[in-house]
Amino acid sequence: MNLWTLTIASLRKRALNSLLNILLLSLGIATIVTLLLVSTQLEDNLYENAEGVDAVVGASGSPVQIILSSVFHMDAPTGNIDLEEAVKVIRHPMVERAIPLALGDNVRGFRLVGTTTEYPGRAGAELSAGSYWDYEFEVVAGSVVAEALNLQVGDTLYSAHGLSDAGHVHGDHGLMVVGILAPTGSVMDQLLLSAVETMWGIHSYEVDTVKVDSEELDSATASAADSDHDHTHAHEQDIDHHAQDDHAGHTHAKGRLVTDTSYLNPANLDEQITSLLIEYRNPLAAAQFPRFIMDQTNLQAAAPAIEITRLLGLLGIGLDAIQIFAYILIFASLLGIFIALLNSMKDRKYDLAIMRSLGAPRRKLFTLFTLEGITLSIAGTILGMILGHTAVWVLTGTITEAQQFQMSAFRFLPEELWLLGISLAAGLIASLIPAIQAYRTDIAETLTKT
Amino acid sequence: MKQAGMKEEVVLSLRNAVHRYDVNTEVILPDLAVKKGEHRLILGQSGTGKSTLLHILAGILKPTEGMLEISGTDLYAMKEADRDEFRGRHIGLIFQQMHLIDSISVMENLLLAAMMAGMEQDKDRAEKLCRHLDIWEKRHSLPETLSQGQKQRVSIARAVMNRPSLILADEPTSSLDDVRTEQVIAMLTEQAAEAGATLVISTHDRRLMNHFEHRTLLGGNPGQDGKPEQDGKEVHP
Repeated sequence: MNLWTLTIASLRKRALNSLLNILLLSLGIATIVTLLLVSTQLEDNLYENAEGVDAVVGASGSPVQIILSSVFHMDAPTGNIDLEEAVKVIRHPMVERAIPLALGDNVRGFRLVGTTTEYPGRAGAELSAGSYWDYEFEVVAGSVVAEALNLQVGDTLYSAHGLSDAGHVHGDHGLMVVGILAPTGSVMDQLLLSAVETMWGIHSYEVDTVKVDSEELDSATASAADSDHDHTHAHEQDIDHHAQDDHAGHTHAKGRLVTDTSYLNPANLDEQITSLLIEYRNPLAAAQFPRFIMDQTNLQAAAPAIEITRLLGLLGIGLDAIQIFAYILIFASLLGIFIALLNSMKDRKYDLAIMRSLGAPRRKLFTLFTLEGITLSIAGTILGMILGHTAVWVLTGTITEAQQFQMSAFRFLPEELWLLGISLAAGLIASLIPAIQAYRTDIAETLTKT
Repeated sequence: MKQAGMKEEVVLSLRNAVHRYDVNTEVILPDLAVKKGEHRLILGQSGTGKSTLLHILAGILKPTEGMLEISGTDLYAMKEADRDEFRGRHIGLIFQQMHLIDSISVMENLLLAAMMAGMEQDKDRAEKLCRHLDIWEKRHSLPETLSQGQKQRVSIARAVMNRPSLILADEPTSSLDDVRTEQVIAMLTEQAAEAGATLVISTHDRRLMNHFEHRTLLGGNPGQDGKPEQDGKEVHP
């Protein structure tokens, strides 16, 4: 028997009341925890994905859209840019590195990106199986894509036009999986990568494509990814792609040999790409390069750092509103705890008088009531944290955008400890007045009234 | 009820005690000198100051004037916290309303007495009391499941749990029939004797007069013969 068992017994005696107070508080805490987890991970993920990218050059349009489409692969691009014009940018003296991105196709909702091997290298991605592409129509799958589509090296995929899971399937161009990336925790995990020439190759034969509905697309991809690998994907009608090779027991058409610079071949200058990820040679470029783009090209340069800050600022307004609502919930629940303890104090004044008559010093009764307040607030906070993490877990399991940002329900933030501390203090404050009243219990006066 | 082998040591001594609730309400209390092991009945009708006297004796109401000594300790010269501790260790209180703590079991109510007094929680003693007072079967039950008689027994067990030197009972039989009254008085005197404690019962229940050798009458109560007795007079039949 101690004050703790007495506290628990007292709360159990008023189980419904205690439970409702705990639930109310937990809803407020859960909202705050969810917001914290989502906003922190969103912010971290945005900045991590943009690391090493000083500017993105693309077709004129919304700078936020350029960043979203080229860095986070979330929005549609603002358009394409001529390779001839892109080459001027690539060769600009202030550019240390320029990585081309060619977008426009997807495989069952996962974006196919034509680029160079520098792109995954920039994100610190490493191959967990296979190798990077040597030929057109060879692809490397991000870890999430590989898992979702059950891909293995040697499988063949068919891309569809557009960035979402519908559209014209390029049924004549099988894409062979030659490598699978290890998880990076970045957007790279959600992409299929190939050479820029692959994108050009696919679309140069659009006249031959067939339109199939999504069911056929699923069927085609699933059968291609089938583990027995005994089917043949022959694309003999592809006049440029005559090389043949044997991958895991089946025959597959190959495209031209490609390198990280082969897309710059003068013969390709009439082609287009979507954007360039630019890394500056020196800090001075941050001021001069965008001016060069604005004055001497028809393109647009957008700085991820600036656009992310602007985007988070816009998102922040909505998050702030939800946060205010959550704080109101927390305040209401603390008021509930205060009222519950005050009523409990009134209901139990004879109990308190008896405890005093049994020799309990005033401070013991004070401690008893503060313990009840603190227990309720800590229980509400811990339940709220569990609910908050569960909410993020459900979000990441059901919402594609959350999956894209690699959010984890199992990440614990230092702010949560603060939340626990603040909640403890608030529980203490809520119980202070009832505790003081308990402290002041006059035994003789109370017992005389019986 | 008479006690054998009563010692001469005075356990409880109240002298010149007056309590003023306000300028118009003054309670003048009789001097008391209760010896170790003595069983004393304080008899008086409502409004004669029984509760005031009992609260002062229990150390929960400081008299405006006067001095109370229990086992030679001037109770009201102590700091409040020390007086609380002293009360918990040396005084057992029984109230007319049993006032058991509803949220905890019978056993826990007994252990609570030790816990609140800052004493070791003697589980064996609590179990022994449960057996002696015939509440063994109910020891893990909540008070709300007990009959009035069982609650009264728990209340007595709680009062003697810490082996107090003084047991104070306020109207312990006022709502009981004759049979239950006999049982409760027998239980109280037996437990007091077992604990070696002095027993003081404050009541308006005249049925108890014959059970006690030592009686203090408050408020000019009529005696058994119908003649008025002096306020605070000690009666030795």
